[in-house]
Amino acid sequence: MKEITSAIQLIPLQHYIILSVTLFSIGMMGVLFRRNIIAILMCLELMFNSANLLLAAFSAYHSDPSGQVFVFFIMIVAAAEVAVGLSIVVMMKRNVESVDINLLNRLKW
Amino acid sequence: MVDQIPNINLAWLVPAFPLLGFLITGLANKRLKHNQAGIIASAMVLLSFLVSVVLFFILRSSGQNEATVTLFNWISISGMNIPFAFLIDHLSLTMMLIITGVGALIHIYSIGYMHDDERINSFFAQMNLFTFSMLLLVMGANYLVLFIGWEGVGLCSYLLIGFWFKNPAYNYAARKSFVMNRIGDLGFILGIILLFFTFKTVTFSEIFAQASGFQVGAPVITLITLLLLVGAVGKSAQIPLFTWLPDAMAGPTPVSALIHAATMVTAGIYMIARSSILYNLAPFTLNVIIVIGLATAIIAALIGLKQNDIKKVLAYSTVSQLGYMFLALGLGAYSAGVFHVTTHAFFKALLFLGAGSVIHAMGGEQDIRKMGGLRKKMPFTYFTFLAATLAISGIPPFSGFFSKDLILSKAYEHSIILYILALGGALITCFYMFRLLYLVFFGVQRIAGAHPHESPKVMTIPLMILSVLSVFGGFLNIPSLFGGDSKFSSYLQSAVVSKASEELSHSTEIGLILGSILLLGLVIFFAYRTFVSKSLIPAKDGEPMSFFSKLIYNKFYIDEMYTAVFEKPFGYLSDFFYNKVENTVLDPVVDEIGFTTARVGTLLRKLQQGNMSFYLFAMVAGILLFIIFILIV
Repeated sequence: MKEITSAIQLIPLQHYIILSVTLFSIGMMGVLFRRNIIAILMCLELMFNSANLLLAAFSAYHSDPSGQVFVFFIMIVAAAEVAVGLSIVVMMKRNVESVDINLLNRLKW
Repeated sequence: MVDQIPNINLAWLVPAFPLLGFLITGLANKRLKHNQAGIIASAMVLLSFLVSVVLFFILRSSGQNEATVTLFNWISISGMNIPFAFLIDHLSLTMMLIITGVGALIHIYSIGYMHDDERINSFFAQMNLFTFSMLLLVMGANYLVLFIGWEGVGLCSYLLIGFWFKNPAYNYAARKSFVMNRIGDLGFILGIILLFFTFKTVTFSEIFAQASGFQVGAPVITLITLLLLVGAVGKSAQIPLFTWLPDAMAGPTPVSALIHAATMVTAGIYMIARSSILYNLAPFTLNVIIVIGLATAIIAALIGLKQNDIKKVLAYSTVSQLGYMFLALGLGAYSAGVFHVTTHAFFKALLFLGAGSVIHAMGGEQDIRKMGGLRKKMPFTYFTFLAATLAISGIPPFSGFFSKDLILSKAYEHSIILYILALGGALITCFYMFRLLYLVFFGVQRIAGAHPHESPKVMTIPLMILSVLSVFGGFLNIPSLFGGDSKFSSYLQSAVVSKASEELSHSTEIGLILGSILLLGLVIFFAYRTFVSKSLIPAKDGEPMSFFSKLIYNKFYIDEMYTAVFEKPFGYLSDFFYNKVENTVLDPVVDEIGFTTARVGTLLRKLQQGNMSFYLFAMVAGILLFIIFILIV
């Protein structure tokens, strides 16, 4: 445990922040501009994990393990969410023969 | 607290029987055949009359003057403890005997009178409910129980006036009586509140015990008595709230007899007599009562002179007699007032029931100009009606003579002017009653085609019993002048504190009585000459009349005055609020709120297109704006 924290602290905190903001922005752009629903789900995952990375980094710098515990929770929630999201995708593929998100506007009323 | 009198707890049975009758006839309304409802209802009232008689003897043999029967603790909050209790004393027993006795006779009479009515079961249910409420009113041991009964009789009065509700005019009459009673009730309830505020209790005995601590003419007592008086004026149809009673004749005739002559309208007199200790402390209020009573007695008698509807004549005579009772109360002669209530209950119930018998025989005709010559056709009705007419006119030795003479002599003690005015009213009473008698029963029949017939036994037997009471009822209270000992007045002594007054000398009294008998004889002779010898018939509607007769015929335009002063302005105000405030201000504002919401909704609806990318974009944009906002502020 000690070695891992000291290994993390080898890299300055700013780099983690920059990396994580970059990942988050990439994920957000993907969510906003992709039309393939599977790609959107993957981008969502990317945003989750950028947040996880930051949590782990801060946890190490503050010597507070609760941040890393949080990461596990997020991973579990993300796994559940992906299970639901993918099943929706499967149903969508079966019903409309497509995974284009713009086709979902017919659910409006 | 004195020892409990054995068996006095039977008192709860007295109101319980009519309540039971109301529940049976009311709930089994659709199931009861023909006469069953009437028989049940009459039996219940008769039973409670028997219980009242038993109570009378129990109280007499116990040697005590009053007993309180507490049924349960009704309202109990800190500082306020109001039991649901009955007070059995000489005053309430007198009233109970009148209500159940006369009430039972009228119930029996109604079996015959209402025979053909399709809603006969409802009729008897409401009559029983009325009897129950009236008994609560007179038996209650505090002002609040009295008030329940007070409102209950008001409700039954409303229901029974509008009993034939298919006629809009009858509904109007019912509403009028309800509204006018409400004005009085407001005063009454304010009086009760002030009583509670002053004495911290509403129980009669406690209030009267504390009242001795107040000085004569104490402002708070005067205010209380005036407020209670407003209630009594409304209920007992005195000026200025008397116009509902003549209109109340829209109800079936037994209702007029029971509610609007014998019992309910005397509730105000009962209440003032019950509060005699308070009223004795308020000389100003007593003077107000004298003025109201005398004015009502005379004005109503004058109006009675020119009425052509048999029931309207009797209605105005009721108002006028109630005025005499008020006069007696105002003079501090409470027991004289209650005595007149008693004899009036006998002869006025008899008059109304006799009138009902006539109306029944004439097939619903109420106009005395179309009657005449009924003496031969309806002998029982004629003789009983004659007895009642003699009684109400105050001819000795009929009951009305004793009670009216008592009031007149009290008036003489007070002042000679009062006596002359009161005697004048009595003479007018005598004239219009004999006018009624002569027009209905003498002369020739003036309507062709009708075949009047004597009423069935179920109607004539109550008439006969009541006529015996009307003739001999006065002997309850024979004054010392005739060798009696004023039993009735001394009986009430324990419950009602009459003002002490010096007795008139016997020679003065004999002079007064002889004078009034002479005048009454002249009036009867004059009426006989006018309506029998000359067989004058009152003018038809629309014929020209002298100014004064026209004024009286139109009841001094009092109804029209009330319409002009209260009803019309109120109508205009309502119109103004409806047309100006409601239609031009309130309605558009409320509508606009709704329309604006709908328009904004239509606009915003365009944002919801179902396009997921747009939603996501909006969400991110929102979050960004939020972050920017936080960073800036």
